Amino acid sequence: MSVVTGPIIGAGELKRLSPRFWLARQTELAIFWGPVFIATLVVALLVHVSTADLLPVVVALIAGVAWLVERGRYRAWGYAEREDDLIVTRGLMFRHVSVVPYGRMQFIDVTAGPIDRALGLATVQLHTAAAATDARIPGLIRPDADALRDRLALVGEAKATGL
Amino acid sequence: MSMLPPPDSGAMPLGVGETWRRLHPLSPIVRFGRVVIGVLVIAVPSIAEQPALHRDDGFPVSAAIYAGILILGGLGGFVSWLVTRWRIADGNLQIETGFIRRQSLRIPLARIQAVDVISPLSGRLLGLAEVRVVSAGRGAEHGRLAYLTAAQAPVVRARLLALAHGLEVSTPEPVALPLLHVQNGLLLPALLMRSQVLAPVLIAIAAVAAIAAAPVLGAGALGSAGTVLVVSALGVARAFNEDFDFAISEAGDGVRLDRGLLQRRHETIPYGRIQAVRVVEPLFWRAFGWARLEVDVARQSVSRESDRDAQQVARTLIPIASRDQALWLLARVLPDAHPNPPPDAGPPSRARWKAPLSFHFLAAWFGQRYVYARTGRVQRSTIIVPLVKVQSVRLKSGPLQRAFRIATVDVDTAGRRWQASARCRDDSEAVEMVRHISERARLSRRVPPPLPAAPAAVPAAG
Repeated sequence: MSVVTGPIIGAGELKRLSPRFWLARQTELAIFWGPVFIATLVVALLVHVSTADLLPVVVALIAGVAWLVERGRYRAWGYAEREDDLIVTRGLMFRHVSVVPYGRMQFIDVTAGPIDRALGLATVQLHTAAAATDARIPGLIRPDADALRDRLALVGEAKATGL
Repeated sequence: MSMLPPPDSGAMPLGVGETWRRLHPLSPIVRFGRVVIGVLVIAVPSIAEQPALHRDDGFPVSAAIYAGILILGGLGGFVSWLVTRWRIADGNLQIETGFIRRQSLRIPLARIQAVDVISPLSGRLLGLAEVRVVSAGRGAEHGRLAYLTAAQAPVVRARLLALAHGLEVSTPEPVALPLLHVQNGLLLPALLMRSQVLAPVLIAIAAVAAIAAAPVLGAGALGSAGTVLVVSALGVARAFNEDFDFAISEAGDGVRLDRGLLQRRHETIPYGRIQAVRVVEPLFWRAFGWARLEVDVARQSVSRESDRDAQQVARTLIPIASRDQALWLLARVLPDAHPNPPPDAGPPSRARWKAPLSFHFLAAWFGQRYVYARTGRVQRSTIIVPLVKVQSVRLKSGPLQRAFRIATVDVDTAGRRWQASARCRDDSEAVEMVRHISERARLSRRVPPPLPAAPAAVPAAG
């Protein structure tokens, strides 16, 4: 991770996501994999075929890998508010680092799904005139998200440049 | 040679009061002319084939239905014309339209990306032209004044441009200086020389030769090559129709393009609105030293099929020119842009394994004002993005890329067609690129670049 971002910004400057975001992702994993695991367990207990006994084990293994990947992705997220631009890093397999100047922001979205809302989280997304810009910061604590949005809107206005 | 009428200050066919005005009364005829022709194409054969159903007086029922459709359509067009009005006021182009669902448009002129005058064939016959305003964020679909008289259209365009540049409304359009004119005799061979056309021709020749050896295989290949050839021929015909009699001229505020065989288009591209320029050199063109230039102007994503015209916001700056001319023209619109890569612009040699085909021409570099990215094996294309226009810089590296210690740097602009993508860079170099490009983009936003200097002599063709 730091191999990629290190020279762009110091590792210490990078802000990480709230641990609650990790909780939210784990909840999502549990909501999906929990019922699947239970279903395969029931099948394994009812059907007396030796291969059926393997099913819950396989599901548990896959869920474990998904958990590891999700944790890696959670740890890969990071953002830094610099003087003139915002840096967002993300991705475990496909690593991305986006540099978005404040002056280029067109608008800012704050969104929250049901799980995020229950945990008091929100996603802040920056939009520029370029459709390819993908500066999204998920898993911010709601007041932090609102504060970030207001800060960004303020500097965005101060540094705004035309197309 | 320029198709622009002289900027006349006296006897303007448009009032200075900027009151509400209607479009030309013949507009519905031009707008619905195609529909009428379409209906007739369907109607006439079907009436001729089904003479069975007749009314008591001998009038065919189907003809009555089609006549009804045409009358309703015509009435609709007339009402639409009746309720549409427009004016230029308060720095806005205001258009009000719609009978049942009223629509009131305000297009801030300061945001205009380009103003085009388009004369379709039917409009030219009636002496009408359309003024189309391309603004950032909504494409060309909304800012359409269809139609005005052919004399009015350039005046309206001059006003819109004057207001867009923050000048007095009555400022005449700056005098355009002709830069290049494409010989129609060169356009057609150049279009035929594109690989989309030549490849199926070569395959067809090979197939004919192969029929003797393997009849079934050869015939199959011939058939599919023929199909592709028909599609390519249609593409060539369309491109020829669009870029016929292509002339580019330069005014103080930007370049002017005049082109088209059946439908003439007079386009403007203000200098400040160019998001990126692309130099395209197809395989067979390189043998002749030809190149094509395209520009990308800001716009929002266009999803609807009806916005096909708006999708052409990536415009041809010159459809065919010698490489020298193309580079000269490039330097006119983007001063000091040199799309010849420095020796160290290529990717590290280990990237050959990741991109075996495109490796040959792959290059990316940046200077004080521009980012350059070259790619393509068959069709070499170089994208030049002014640092002032950079919206965001992104670094990407997938698992395969990391295995080769390479990464991709994408430089985004508000244009939708292309982004400068520096593929297969050494990963530490990629990080440096992101840092330097975003830093230089930041600096260039503070110091606006100077306007281009007076034009120099056009280099000779060939």
